Amino acid sequence: MVAKQLSVFIENRQGRLGEVLKVLKTNGVNILSLSLADTTEYGLLRLIVNNPELGKEKLAEDGFSTMLTDVIILQINHEAGSLQGLLQILSDSDVNIEYMYGLSIDGDEASVVLKTSDLEKADAVFTKNGVKTLSHKEIK
Amino acid sequence: MIWNETKECMSRDELSALQSARLVKLVDYVYHNVDFYRKKMQAMGLEPGDIKNIDDIVKLPFTTKDDLRDNYPFGLFAVPHSQIVRVHASSGTTGKATVVGYTRKDIDIWAECVARCLAMAGVTKDDIIQVAYGYGLFTGGLGAHYGAEKLGAMVVPMSTGNSKKLTTMMVDFGATAIACTPSYLLHLAEILEAEDKIKDIKLKCAICGAEPWTEKMHKDIEERLHIHAHDIYGLSEVMGPGVACDCRFHKGLHVCEDHFYPEILDSATLTTQKAGETGELVFTTLTKEGLPLIRYRTKDLTSIDYSTCECGRTSARISRFKGRVDDMLIIRGVNVFPSQVEAALVDVEEVSPHYMMIVDRVNNLDTLEILVEVNPKYLTDEIKGLELLTKKITHVLSQALGINPKVKIVEPNTLVRSEGKAVHVQDKRKLY
Repeated sequence: MVAKQLSVFIENRQGRLGEVLKVLKTNGVNILSLSLADTTEYGLLRLIVNNPELGKEKLAEDGFSTMLTDVIILQINHEAGSLQGLLQILSDSDVNIEYMYGLSIDGDEASVVLKTSDLEKADAVFTKNGVKTLSHKEIK
Repeated sequence: MIWNETKECMSRDELSALQSARLVKLVDYVYHNVDFYRKKMQAMGLEPGDIKNIDDIVKLPFTTKDDLRDNYPFGLFAVPHSQIVRVHASSGTTGKATVVGYTRKDIDIWAECVARCLAMAGVTKDDIIQVAYGYGLFTGGLGAHYGAEKLGAMVVPMSTGNSKKLTTMMVDFGATAIACTPSYLLHLAEILEAEDKIKDIKLKCAICGAEPWTEKMHKDIEERLHIHAHDIYGLSEVMGPGVACDCRFHKGLHVCEDHFYPEILDSATLTTQKAGETGELVFTTLTKEGLPLIRYRTKDLTSIDYSTCECGRTSARISRFKGRVDDMLIIRGVNVFPSQVEAALVDVEEVSPHYMMIVDRVNNLDTLEILVEVNPKYLTDEIKGLELLTKKITHVLSQALGINPKVKIVEPNTLVRSEGKAVHVQDKRKLY
């Protein structure tokens, strides 16, 4: 299953990240996870939220550059080597990972967010191998 | 030393007579050899015979950089290309370069003018001069080189790009003069200071040009290197470096008036300003064969002084430049027009045509940062994608401008949209 990530391009300006978060707060968009990739000039804020479409709409209204990006959310066991095993599946299928970050940790299970070179293929490979992928609605 | 006392110190009356004779000949020459001028004169109801002396010059049409662009590349040349022995080129206002051509005689006169300028700075045949302007399409390198050879000095054609080699040779060769941009010379001073080599150099003077510089930079150069620094002026359309230079009294730049006739005009009304009043500098090339220009508008703002200088030269002196009529920037000696950036960005669909140029000087070297807005359609959530895009824009702009800008992509709709004439440039260097 493919999930929607809310991505925001932000310049490295004081307070800019706060402004994004304020818009989300005002509109009741809850952040489940985030990752901020930064360079000296700008950052890319990647968010998993409860309502990505609403978040995109409201941010765009306030002049932010936003995108909805397809990503895969994987649920993995809290055991050494479990992530490696899953990534091996991708590697064996010649799918590259563009980026990855951790999601909420809940009890015995953890989750990671993955953007891959070929998302449909990655999703199919995971399904074939019985790996559970989540939509943002399934994340607690 | 005065290189050509006959010409540089002739009485103003004699000079005026010489200029009159040369102008009459020039007008007849361009009328019969350049379609552009013949058509312009015919449209104004002018015939060569109407120009009888130098004062009649005000009847003649103007020439602009756009005229050169519209006749790209060789349309304004007055001779067939078999008589052209060299071309140079500088930036045009948009994508196309401004191309200039020289006959053998033009090259000789150019060398003569540069030799006069170098002599004003105290260079003689006994000197070792490093020419550290770029050699190539830019007129600086070869222009200074030929002038220095004409003078008989030992010329070291360094060109640009290797400061380490330059300072090493400056010490090892015992170079006594250098020709380069003033900002580059300050950069070299820093290197020499850092390596504690100031005490080892034999430099006496510098001939600096190709970009505007302040009195503070002038003082800085002289004090840090213990030399005399001279300001040489020129532009490729008129000739190249060597059109004017200041002598050891530094009271303005002596124009080689027997070859280049200067006028100072009110840039709005295009009427002649009185001596001492600021206006746009306009040149008529009195002796050029390849690309003779009538009343070429330089867009540089200055004033003129016709009094005899303490050095003995009678040639008119133009003051340190007071600015530009247009929005041309000179960055690391390269002419840059904001319109070039705009023209280049139109071809990059990933960005909007909005941009901001920030020019600054860090450690005496000019920096150019260009902010561009990404087209939202092409935004990506991957750093890799944005870096590739930055690289692509940098490549396109450096090809268009001839210098490498630092490109920074910014959020869409964030650059200032001003009403009317857009404000696309922040020049923090305060050169004028």
